[in-house]
Amino acid sequence: MSWLKKLTEGLKKTSSSAKSKLSGIFIGKKIDADTMESLEEALISSDLGVSASQKIVKEFEKNYSGKTSDQEEILEALSKSISNILEPLEKELIVSDVHHPHIMMLVGVNGSGKTTTAGKLAKRFSQQGKKVILVAADTFRAAAIEQLRGWAEKTSVELISAERGADPAALIYQSIEKARIQKTDLILIDTAGRLQNRTELMEELAKIVRVIKKLEPEAPHDSLIVLDGTVGQNALSQLKAFLSVAAITGLIMTKLDGSARGGVLVALAEEFGLPIHLIGVGETAEDLQDFNAIAYSRALLGLTLED
Amino acid sequence: MFDSLKDKLQSVFSGLGRTGALSETDVNTALRDVRLALLDADVAVPVVKQFMELIREKAIGAAVLKSVRPDQQVIKIVNDGLQEILGGDAEELKVDVTPPAVILMTGLQGSGKTTTAGKLAQFLKIKRKKRVMLASLDMTRPAARDQLRILSEQAEVGILPEDDKQTPLQLAKRAIKSAELQGYDVLILDTAGRQSIDDGLMEELVAIKSVSNPVETLLVADALTGQDAVNTATAFKSKIGISGIILTRLDGDARGGAALSMRQITGCPIKFAGVGEKLDALEAFDPARMASRILDMGDVVALVEKAAEAIEQEEAMRMAQRMAKGKFDLNDFLSQLRQLKKMGGVGSLLGMLPGIGKINKQLAAAGVDDSMINRQEAIILSMTKKERASVGLLNASRRKRIAFGSGTSVQEVNRLVKQYQDMARMMKKMGTKAGAAGLKAMLGSGTNSPPGVFGGSGVDLDAMSKQFGSSKSGGLPNLGGMTNLGGLPPGINPNRKK
Repeated sequence: MSWLKKLTEGLKKTSSSAKSKLSGIFIGKKIDADTMESLEEALISSDLGVSASQKIVKEFEKNYSGKTSDQEEILEALSKSISNILEPLEKELIVSDVHHPHIMMLVGVNGSGKTTTAGKLAKRFSQQGKKVILVAADTFRAAAIEQLRGWAEKTSVELISAERGADPAALIYQSIEKARIQKTDLILIDTAGRLQNRTELMEELAKIVRVIKKLEPEAPHDSLIVLDGTVGQNALSQLKAFLSVAAITGLIMTKLDGSARGGVLVALAEEFGLPIHLIGVGETAEDLQDFNAIAYSRALLGLTLED
Repeated sequence: MFDSLKDKLQSVFSGLGRTGALSETDVNTALRDVRLALLDADVAVPVVKQFMELIREKAIGAAVLKSVRPDQQVIKIVNDGLQEILGGDAEELKVDVTPPAVILMTGLQGSGKTTTAGKLAQFLKIKRKKRVMLASLDMTRPAARDQLRILSEQAEVGILPEDDKQTPLQLAKRAIKSAELQGYDVLILDTAGRQSIDDGLMEELVAIKSVSNPVETLLVADALTGQDAVNTATAFKSKIGISGIILTRLDGDARGGAALSMRQITGCPIKFAGVGEKLDALEAFDPARMASRILDMGDVVALVEKAAEAIEQEEAMRMAQRMAKGKFDLNDFLSQLRQLKKMGGVGSLLGMLPGIGKINKQLAAAGVDDSMINRQEAIILSMTKKERASVGLLNASRRKRIAFGSGTSVQEVNRLVKQYQDMARMMKKMGTKAGAAGLKAMLGSGTNSPPGVFGGSGVDLDAMSKQFGSSKSGGLPNLGGMTNLGGLPPGINPNRKK
């Protein structure tokens, strides 16, 4: 099943997809202020947030106000304006041949799915023939190391870990040194989850970045924030904080196989314009899929790819 | 973007410069921006709509406090409404049953179930003195069981030994048996995270619930959740049936609108808040704090509260002034009783003189309660105007008539008259003694306690004296002009008249 199918399947299951919210709004009516408000609410219901929703609706209003239009046409137009925002940010996550090793770091708040994503990425890149080292730098959460070990064993990649409570920066330092000796292509660092307003934890992350830069001034080559698909407008605050501490280079959004649609991606795109690499639509490694702006924008509004 | 909300509202209302009751326009104008604030806080769209209707009904016609603008008053009403909804019928975990009391933890992946299970185990062990066993039914997430085992070691509570070959349902049964045999008071079942639209896994949870017959089925939800809170809450409520919510990651900086969405949709109380990663980072949920966090207009709310306080102070001053002049008749007494009722009970009369908690306690101890106020009000209302102005008129037959008219007894009428006379005498005494030096000098001396206010129940007015004595302006409160009501935020003119 393609990711989009999965995504639209997921959306169908919920009664609150934007499409069902919108149906009836437009039928046989002129588009007026009430329509605009319903439209705005439908977008907000998909987590686009107030300001991004208002912006999209305003743009829509310019072209459609006072006209009578059918629902499909309107949804098409809306999905187009959303994909216009997202398309420039569609960017595949690749392990470059330039860096030896290429250093990729996953950051984010607790429970967003970093460890699982790290495991899936390890599988993805090792299947591409890359030599991968997984670094279990989440030395805080009970059993985070065990969880990553499970993935490492499944995908037969090397795992570097330390005992719980160890200094993650030191562990990462050793890992990079080891990777250089072993001529590893990719170091994949799973960091501990931290809420962005916890200064001491953000300071710990800053230290990790400093240590990486000591060995590789241009690294981490990819500093990826992992966002939970159910997250609301707090994602803006998350990205802002992680951007300033860990120079985020791209986004990954997980758990889009549920009823959440992750529309905050649009708000994030408007605000930060950072690349969106991958979305997670299921449990398996294959369910972590390249982000496709058009397909995502359509799925967000309950449109299928065929029509 | 909502930092500017207050300014926006201020501009809407500036120049109106009137007070009184909130009109529909006032309310609608203010609520438009409140709506955006709530949406921005991730409160789900349908919940916002519902809530707006509720507030609209409540707010239209509500009184606007003197020195407060209508929009500010609306925001205070919104804040109180939020608090009320968020707070409703919170109760303790029902773990005092025939053991083992089973607590079932449910929720989406990554909401914090396992960590919360550990925290809850420690809480029940320490605060409720229970023997607790943890059991992981999570066969999906790699290492979930390791995580729970480590947490059980940290919390020093029991853990169900693992068995790779068992299904979650079998594990649940074994856990109950094992908890029974080992004499545990509470068994906490941690389940795998699941998407609410995953019918297979939701059915599994239903089956687990039916074999384990939990006293509490808790939905663990992430405070960072956006609009999906509605779907999650609806699904877990309708498919599983939950008894309470635990909101995690409240130590983050999310506005936490999900709290309101979940509370409203499930009708279940939010029992705890997760506020950190350590095992002791579990707190009782605080509706007041949550309300102001969601609305994020704490300054406006505080301003209205301050204004209300100022009015109470003003009222108290006015009373004190009358007292000092010895002009205190039964009409005053009646108006005080009524105010008392309006303010919602005893406590409030003397509460108008801030900082007199001690007296309130004594009143309560003396059996002064609200039903007594009702009877006293009836007695005074059964008097003629003349009688109210001059108690001396009240002879035996008048008292009998009044008792009959008010449905009370002559004894009660006598008691009221006595109370009033004691009070009036005391006040006169205070007045003469204080003389031109003003109330403060008299109260400040705080020597002998005057006779009891309510039927000689030994109410202590020393606290009142202290309050006046330590008036923060350091000087005599200006009883004539009432110009100095320290502590008001700039821009609020306490003298603004209706």
